Order: sequence, then C-alpha cells, then structure tokens
Amino acid sequence: MRCRVCRESAVINLPRHNIAFCKACFCNFVHTQVTRGIKAQQMFTKDDRILVAVSGGKDSLTLWEILLSLGYRADAVYVDLGIGDYSIRSRQKVQNFADKVTQTHDATLHIHTVREEAGVGVKELANLVHRPTCSACGTIKRYQFNHVALEQNYDVMATGHNLDDEAARLLGNVLHWQTEYLEKQTPVLPASIDGFAKKVKPLYRLTEREIAAYAVINRIDYIIEECPMAKGSKMLMYKDALNRLETESPGTKQSFYWKFLEQQAKKGTTTIVDRDRAQLHPCPTCGQPTSAEVCSYCKLLAKAKMATSDC
Amino acid sequence: MIVHLTNPDSTITIQGPKQVRQLLQDLNLIPEANLVIRGDELVTEDTFLDDLDTIEIRSVISGG
Repeated sequence: MRCRVCRESAVINLPRHNIAFCKACFCNFVHTQVTRGIKAQQMFTKDDRILVAVSGGKDSLTLWEILLSLGYRADAVYVDLGIGDYSIRSRQKVQNFADKVTQTHDATLHIHTVREEAGVGVKELANLVHRPTCSACGTIKRYQFNHVALEQNYDVMATGHNLDDEAARLLGNVLHWQTEYLEKQTPVLPASIDGFAKKVKPLYRLTEREIAAYAVINRIDYIIEECPMAKGSKMLMYKDALNRLETESPGTKQSFYWKFLEQQAKKGTTTIVDRDRAQLHPCPTCGQPTSAEVCSYCKLLAKAKMATSDC
Repeated sequence: MIVHLTNPDSTITIQGPKQVRQLLQDLNLIPEANLVIRGDELVTEDTFLDDLDTIEIRSVISGG
C-alpha cells in the first residue's frame, strides 16, 4: 500500500477517508485535523494558556504533544486517583512524558493526589459513600481540572476526548433518550458562569485508532492497559457496536457525531449559558457552581470524612 | 510468528506467511479497534507477515 500524498510506503490506511498515509503525511493529516477543529469551533488561539487534562493514556498525552508541536502554550494537570498499581504506572508515564517535553518546550505539569486530600484512594472513597467508583472518579476529575484551570488562570481546559468517545456517548444518550445531556455534548463548552473554565475537545475529529497510530509513530509512551475500574463499562460496549458498524460502513462514526454537531450548532450555546445562569449558584463550601445546596465534590469529601471518623 | 495481544495480555504463535488482514480475521479482531505493529513499526492490512516476525496487536479502545 502506498501513501496517497507522496507514494512512499504507507503505514496506515483510513477507510473512512479512503486514503493511506506514510508516517510523515499521516502526522500532517493529524495536525491538520486538530488545527481545523480548533479553528472551526473557536477553541483557543496561540495567545491563550491551555491546561490539558492528562491521564497517562494515549489520547491525553498525544493531545499535549500535538498542541506543543503546533506552537500552543499548553501545560497539563494529572489527578492521581490512587487506584493501586494502575495509578502508580500511569503517573510514571505522565511524569516521564512531562520530563521529556519540558526539555524542548516551556510547559508545566500540575499533579493533584486524591489520597493526600481525602486520606484514601478513589475506590475506597467510592465504597465509603456507596457510589460506583467511576461516578466518584468523574466528580473528582471534573472538579480538580476546573479548580486548577481557574486557580492558575488558564484561559481554557482541554481534554483528549476523541471521535469514538463522543460517538459512543451520543449513542448511549440517544438509546436512553437522555436529551438533557445532548446539549452539553459539543467540542466546546463555554465558561457559562463565574467558576466554570471554558472546556474544549480538540481531538473530536480523530478516531481512537488514528490517535493510537500517531502515538506509536511518535514514540509516545502511554499506558496501554485499561483502567481496572472500566471493565464491563457500557462505553466499551457502545464503542464495540460502533466499530462493527464502521467496519461494514466506513464513516459511520464521523457521520453520526458530526451531523449531530451540525444540528446543535443551529441552536447555539445560548441555552447552555442561560440555563447555567438560572440554575447554578456558588457552592457555600468551595465556591464552584452547583445546582444543589452543596456541590457534589464537597458532599463526597464530607461524607468520606464522616465515614472515616466513624470507623 | 510470535503475536503479542493486549487487553487482555497474551502471546500466541501463528504459522506464517500471513497477510495482516487475514491475521486479524483469524483472531476475530476488528481492524478499526486494533493496530498491528511489526517490531516497532505500524503495518497496513495488505502487509505479509512471515514466521520470523514478532507482532504486537494493540487494542486502541479505552473505556473512558
């Protein structure tokens, strides 16, 4: 198979574009897709300070690498969840990557350790408050990413969500008609209210396979093993179903999510901003916006402290 | 050839020569969810692999 652009030997074929690329042309393709997404969705400019949420996985480390390569001012934040050896290994991957990129770029890695604040890891924390681990993990990560972005005065917070993540999430929401979640499933969420950082997903135009291929080509050493807590997750089931459809009909995932975005774009973000301003107020404990009396993060930590003091 | 699979980790031996496309099919793996790496280089589905190759089939799907 030959590269469609330069006729060198190809390393990857992309059925959804009916094209094959060599290493160099594939990296150009990835950079073009990310740049196109950033500009089309008005995510940020080269003057903005970006905080990338990294986990040690392929998507977030690749996002950090691409943004720095493209000349953006990108730092990163890692939340150490305290999930046994998995967190030890993922933190090491993040630290090694940060040590490497900071040799050639002006970039900083922030680290928040759940065990230092809560006294236990996320799994034990979730058990104490009788919540699923992934739910507690989501609450902690959302809170900490937003907290660091605001505290350190970043203009925007970026995550490594890709086309597969977004298409699978959309499928899950549509299958259960969770329409209230649909309006927030866009590559940009505005800083709708004081206390919320602007959030963006610059990889939304690229599939997981394309991002993993970019990581392999560029020797990005990421954690390959899956989070042990994700075993049996519905997201994996939706992704598998979509990949089977994609194999039979290339372009399905792209068409599913991008056409949804076209519909959403017609509505604009006014409803999100209006709704957030009408429904949210600062948490009396930490100041982050919440629709409840106390935000879910403060509630989680308070319950955990109560449970540990009872023991 | 020796084939390392990720998620879950396992190693198997497969008789070559074999095209990447056929290898994935034999193992009931979807190309869209996997990368095939020979040594440390990606290979496309039309590549022929032979008995002396060491192959990694890397799952690219994460549950996050």
